[in-house]
Amino acid sequence: MSEQTVPADLPEHMLDLDEDDDLEVFSKNTSLVDGNPVPNSPGSMVNQYRLEEDDEQQHDANAKDLFITVDNPESHVTAIETYILYSVVTKTTRSEFDSCEYEVRRRYQDFLWLRSKLEENHPTLIIHPLPEKFVMKGMMDRFNSDFVESRRKSLHHFLVKISEHPILSYSEHLKVFLTAQDLTPHKRQGTSFLSWMGETMRSVANSVRGLRSRPEEVVRMQEYVEDFSSKISCVDKVAQRIIKEQREYLEELKQYGPIYAQWAGLEEDLADPLRGVAGCVEQCRKESEEQIQHLSGELVPVLHEYVLCAETLKAVLRRRDNIQAEFEAKDEILATKKVDQEAMRDEVDALADRVELANNALKGDWSHWKNSMRADLKSAFISTAEKNVDYYEKCLAVWEAFLLTQKADGGERREDV
Amino acid sequence: MVEQGSILLRRMEICVAEAEKRSGKNAVNMQETFTVYLIETRPMDAVTEGQNPAPDSLWRRYSEFELLRNYLIVTYPYIVVPPLPEKRAEFVWHKLSADNMDPDFVERRRIGLENFLLRVASHPVLSNDKILCHFLTEEHGWKEAVCETGFHAKSDSRLRALSATFRVRNPDKRFMEMKHYSDELQSHTSQLLRARARVADRLYGVYKVHGNYGRVFSEWSAVEKEMGDGLQSGGHHMDAYAASIDDILEEEEHYADQLKEYLSYAEALRAVCRKHELNQFELEMASHDLISKKQQREELATGIVRTFSFKGMTNKIFGQEAPEQREARLKLLEELIAEGEESVKEKTVECEEHVEQAWVDMQRFKEQKDKDLREALISYAVMQISMCKKGIQVWSNAKECFLKM
Repeated sequence: MSEQTVPADLPEHMLDLDEDDDLEVFSKNTSLVDGNPVPNSPGSMVNQYRLEEDDEQQHDANAKDLFITVDNPESHVTAIETYILYSVVTKTTRSEFDSCEYEVRRRYQDFLWLRSKLEENHPTLIIHPLPEKFVMKGMMDRFNSDFVESRRKSLHHFLVKISEHPILSYSEHLKVFLTAQDLTPHKRQGTSFLSWMGETMRSVANSVRGLRSRPEEVVRMQEYVEDFSSKISCVDKVAQRIIKEQREYLEELKQYGPIYAQWAGLEEDLADPLRGVAGCVEQCRKESEEQIQHLSGELVPVLHEYVLCAETLKAVLRRRDNIQAEFEAKDEILATKKVDQEAMRDEVDALADRVELANNALKGDWSHWKNSMRADLKSAFISTAEKNVDYYEKCLAVWEAFLLTQKADGGERREDV
Repeated sequence: MVEQGSILLRRMEICVAEAEKRSGKNAVNMQETFTVYLIETRPMDAVTEGQNPAPDSLWRRYSEFELLRNYLIVTYPYIVVPPLPEKRAEFVWHKLSADNMDPDFVERRRIGLENFLLRVASHPVLSNDKILCHFLTEEHGWKEAVCETGFHAKSDSRLRALSATFRVRNPDKRFMEMKHYSDELQSHTSQLLRARARVADRLYGVYKVHGNYGRVFSEWSAVEKEMGDGLQSGGHHMDAYAASIDDILEEEEHYADQLKEYLSYAEALRAVCRKHELNQFELEMASHDLISKKQQREELATGIVRTFSFKGMTNKIFGQEAPEQREARLKLLEELIAEGEESVKEKTVECEEHVEQAWVDMQRFKEQKDKDLREALISYAVMQISMCKKGIQVWSNAKECFLKM
């Protein structure tokens, strides 16, 4: 498997080969007549041609009719390997589904398969990324509960995004993923695409010459993606740095509070306020720990997903470029070489259509993605701000309670005198 | 002239108003820069009558305050003498300057010096001291006046004091407990100061990293259409949050200063206890000496040797001495015994007086300490509350901005 040359186009994180032996090598399905088990329904083709703001809003206005959850991770042991299986539960009222409720068991590999199929069939749609493979060779624990939980959340989020997508949610592959008890027979069908690999490689080689010109919108998209990618990575790093600094702060607090309590043991009248302060410091420390949990559980995963999204966007733009390059290459051959004009022209026309389809799909999905991104990040930042307010409010209450006890004591003392 | 018998502070308003840099030659004739502090005094009755006379003022530098304090320690060994603010910045967290010329340090020192003067001037015993009054009211000739008191000669040598600590047999138990307490107080306050500085350091880091949000959000907002405004304004609040820690921690330094005062007070308390040990030890020595002299007299008078003595041995070996010599020696012994009895009497009085006076002052100190430290802890809580309120404000504002994204 590892002998195969991999297209230069692949996002880097997908290249890590570890325990998954049957890692799917993604082929670029460059033909309109693809090997889908079921051809695109007329309805979805109409969507692809005319997906504009209006249509999308209309779709969103429709009640959400596909609900998917991922939970209940469990270790599964076989003779060869051990891996985690997740329960994927689907509830739906869509007519395409025979039943209205499904539950299946899926492993991470299965999600990879699904995403690769979606990418094959919709090369210029923006498909939400999956959480990364486990790259840290040093750490043994793929089954560490924090890691499993954060992966579960990302997988869940992935399926939610797909289910909300106006085109992708109707994919046949998604349906199979959600409903088939055994995914293996469906996964085997993928091997037929290996035969397309050769053609893909040749066309990529041909397109190295460079594009004539990109549509203006695409140029703007490219600029945006560069900026977005660097900014979101930066924000992600800042968030992680904050967590690190805060953990070190907590470590010092752990040492600090008890010193007051120890001193209290030495004193008489002073013992009470000293113990009070020790208690306050300890309580604030607990609140701070909770706040860190929130940051790493709620904010960082979202930021990280969008760091991966930036890479997805780059890949999508590259694929779109390749589609355009293929067309331009053939078009040039048509114009300059002595070939069978008629057959060639059909091919070129088909490629031209493909370019237009790709551009429209991307254009339509772009605003969908941007809205989705804005909503996700907005909600994550708001939630972080709220948690911080909550943290300070709790600490405030702790110290005010302490002050109250001291005022009461002070009053008594004055009465004694 | 200043009346005797009433506490100085009630008669005089004292403050350390300003600090200034000066240049001059020091003891080894090298040019140096130092800070002087302006001491202002006004008669209290003028103040209470609503008049506003111009204060009398003079300049003093830190080393002069040190000299004053050393004089007080030697002259009043039964008093827990208020400490000066630290000579060098200690327990410094990384961003805080350890430089003695740093304006924040100088300001805190000014406050500390004023606090020292107020404490001394309100002390029932110390406030009556003439040298103190001189220090506050007459700029020139003070150093000479202090040296003329000869207090240097009266100060106990370290070696003697240490020796006494080890060899004293029967020190007052209360003083030993108090000495133990002073050790513990010193240990706890210094531990606390160290831990607090580390916590401050870390907290500084947390706040400052948020400034990066401000920078990135600002850059990011330039490429976003709908999100731009929300990000930009949210980022401003992140900058404000990052900046707020400077004031918060500067204020906390005042709390640290209060702890440092009692760290130094522990030293002063221990000094009083050690003085007792020294007094008691010298009394024991004098008593012991007296007893042994009386024994010698008895031996000489009766011829019976009770204890081994060199004289006894030589008598046996070389024979008894002549009666005239014995008479002479007996007479000398009687004189020595008389002196010794005087000495024991004096030392007993000295020791008892010291114990009595010191015990009173230690009680006064204990009450003052409990009150001051309790107030310090309360003010610390107030600072924490203020910090929390600022945090709530900033993050609520940020949330409002994010809502507009």
